[in-house]
Amino acid sequence: MAKQKSNDFTIVIAGQAGQGIESIASVLTHVFKKQDFNIYVAKDVMSRVRGGMNSITVRVSGERSDAFRSHIDYFVPLDPRAHSHYKNRLNEKTLIIGVAAGDDFKAENMSTVNFVQLAHEIGNRIYANTVAAGTILGLFDLDADIARRYMQTFFRRKGEQVVSENIAAIEKGLKIGKHIAFEKDVHLALETKEDVSEYVFLSGAEAVAFGALAGGVNFSSSYPMSPSTGVFTFLAAHGKECDVLAEQATDEIGAINMSLGASFAGARALVSTSGGGFALMTESVSLSAMTETPITVHIAQRPGPATGLPTRTGQEDLNLALYAGHGEFARAIFTPGTPEEMYDITAHAVELADKYQIPTFVLSDQLMMDSFYCVPREAFTRKEHHTYIEKTTKGYQRYEITDTGLSPRGVPGYGEGLVHADSDEHDEDGRITEDMTVMRPAMMEKRFFKRRDLLTEESLPPTRSGPQSAKTLIVSWGSNKNVVEEAVRRSGKKSIAALHFSQIFPLHPDTAQILLRAEKVIIVENNATGQFAELIARETEIVCQSRILKWNGEPFSVEELITKIKSLA
Amino acid sequence: MIGATQTKNNKAFELDKDVENQWCPGCGNFPILLTLKKALAEAGCSPENTVLVSGIGQAAKLPQYVQSHYFNGLHGRALPVATGIKAANPRMNVLVTSGDGDVYGEGGGHLIHTIRRNPNIAVLVHDNMIYGLTKGQASPTSPKELVTPTQPRGVYNEPFNPLTLAISLDAPFVARASAGEPEMTKEIIKQAIAHPGFALVDIFQPCIVFNKKNTYQWFKEHTKVLDESHDPTDRAQAFAVAMADDEFALGVISAHHRRAVYEESVGIYDDDRRALYERENDWSMIEALLRTRV
Repeated sequence: MAKQKSNDFTIVIAGQAGQGIESIASVLTHVFKKQDFNIYVAKDVMSRVRGGMNSITVRVSGERSDAFRSHIDYFVPLDPRAHSHYKNRLNEKTLIIGVAAGDDFKAENMSTVNFVQLAHEIGNRIYANTVAAGTILGLFDLDADIARRYMQTFFRRKGEQVVSENIAAIEKGLKIGKHIAFEKDVHLALETKEDVSEYVFLSGAEAVAFGALAGGVNFSSSYPMSPSTGVFTFLAAHGKECDVLAEQATDEIGAINMSLGASFAGARALVSTSGGGFALMTESVSLSAMTETPITVHIAQRPGPATGLPTRTGQEDLNLALYAGHGEFARAIFTPGTPEEMYDITAHAVELADKYQIPTFVLSDQLMMDSFYCVPREAFTRKEHHTYIEKTTKGYQRYEITDTGLSPRGVPGYGEGLVHADSDEHDEDGRITEDMTVMRPAMMEKRFFKRRDLLTEESLPPTRSGPQSAKTLIVSWGSNKNVVEEAVRRSGKKSIAALHFSQIFPLHPDTAQILLRAEKVIIVENNATGQFAELIARETEIVCQSRILKWNGEPFSVEELITKIKSLA
Repeated sequence: MIGATQTKNNKAFELDKDVENQWCPGCGNFPILLTLKKALAEAGCSPENTVLVSGIGQAAKLPQYVQSHYFNGLHGRALPVATGIKAANPRMNVLVTSGDGDVYGEGGGHLIHTIRRNPNIAVLVHDNMIYGLTKGQASPTSPKELVTPTQPRGVYNEPFNPLTLAISLDAPFVARASAGEPEMTKEIIKQAIAHPGFALVDIFQPCIVFNKKNTYQWFKEHTKVLDESHDPTDRAQAFAVAMADDEFALGVISAHHRRAVYEESVGIYDDDRRALYERENDWSMIEALLRTRV
């Protein structure tokens, strides 16, 4: 095998659910990170608790590279069916280390290692995963002490014997790995200039949850639904210490209405769900708008329709968020593309909901939720919270018409005023009205037109990366930011640049100008219709010349985007 | 649940301005409105610490006519909104006033799970056994064989029994009142407000326009006031009373203190009684959490 020069490679561990691919990945990521290597982890899992075929992709690099690569440099099958399952990601350059294929799959470059048998030799098959982790680490010139220390910390509670046998298992693996490296002539010289060991290692779900906390969320009622559940789990786990009331509702309609009740009473509320759950919430999105009760809904997208592919990725719910709720009202929709953006933008979405007393949305997807990233600590900045709640006085009117378009927001029990919220069209005091001459237009002006304008003024601009002279723009939103930017960079073409939208509604006022300056606009989306391309056309009358669309539930890989971009640009 | 400051003024919940009432003249909602305002004052609530929550329907318009805070939300969704309000600010007296279609029909699922969750709220269901605002269709409590525009051959669904459901879920307070018995209804509502945990008061009420069967007269003839021999802490007795379908019992059918109250169980009020709007996120806690991820 040719000498490994790459400072960037991909390891994939594959096996059945329950076989322990997660625990192998956690050893690897810990050791690599401690040695200052960047890690990006993506998960490919089936919607089941046991069996099936799952994998974890661990991308290790000197420079941060948070995008999904298809090609596998080191493949670790724990199950004899794994080779064929992932054959499209393997080629003659892939080194396969693990159990032999159970079918006629022909491996060009394989070292058969039976981790379970080796673990038996140590005393128990449960050490198979530690042997496997050690074997992969053995390929690299790493500080083996880090792996040993990890075993000590991780298994401390399980007693001395478990610790020492795990250390024996990791040693055994390291030895095998070194032997394979020698035999296959693998030389892995990784270089890093970053202080990754001090970075925060977290999932996309956690990045959104941290953003919610930083944005001042103190109430969340949600209903479990993949892939959104991680956000809610995190808020529930840390609710007491962070002063968040996290309540599991018994359905999504209850979830959003409970959060709206809390918000009406002055809490900052966020609801986390996925497309199907959000579909149930839509009537109450309209309620949020009519009653001017702030709410932020995080929607982790997965492919539909209906139950669809629960553990796969997609960007099919942009239109759902855009049109959710009957009637016409103002809203803002955010589509962060990196863990930094998930943090910043979730906090921003929460703040904006409070500021304008409207529903705001954060759209993520399965790829982002279940991926893990190394993020510099400085990225997690403290956010300023403004208090938009005012102490009321006698005669307070919840829906007072003001010059700013915003009514002072009072909450029950703070001040002498009484707070009346109504889902019927109402007057300034919140009493039902059918005055269509004065009151209905005045309320629509306040609730919709003025806020729409305010939100447009405050909209986040798209971010551009790549050569300034480039005449072709590759447009992305949400999770495709990194993969598009890397593909553009690697394509080697000076004529193309990437343009990412982390807010897709309302669009930034400069959007049309930016797109008009390009000779060609190519959009990349994980859906079948180009929902964002359609939105751009509706809002700016600019038509994207080409659409790169993928809707089979898998994420775009860097390699496939390079090929597609080259053929179109 | 009751505020620290006793309301001396029996008129405290009377509107301080004119609001046009949208109910039909003679509607059974009027005596309930009158009774509720008196009950709130006598229970020691003040308009400033009382939130009325409703869904949609004629009964759900009641909060419009009371001097208090209110949230008039969506059809069927009053209970989760009320739970959220109570959870975010336990100092508030939170009451739901809505109809049988709203709470038992559209919001049936919420009823089950709100009783399980057990927030300290009182739920008053104006039960006229018909849909009023949509003009006379059957409600979950409509009696069998009642002919309506959408049940031209008569109702054939089994009527919903809210009391047995609530007792089976061990709701802390379950009672039935009647618009035709304002004094008793007032006392029951006062008890419902004072009782810790979820309180359900099903209030019989005639719809003089769309339900020609269940009139004041009918309710008088088909109800019986529970006497002192009934022990509301005895769940078996409560079930027996709630199940009787020949004569409907009026009074407190079940009342106990066996269950923990939701907002007292969530943890964040254990050593800090402030409402959520009075708190600010502690950045140092978020920082500490971030450090655990390094």
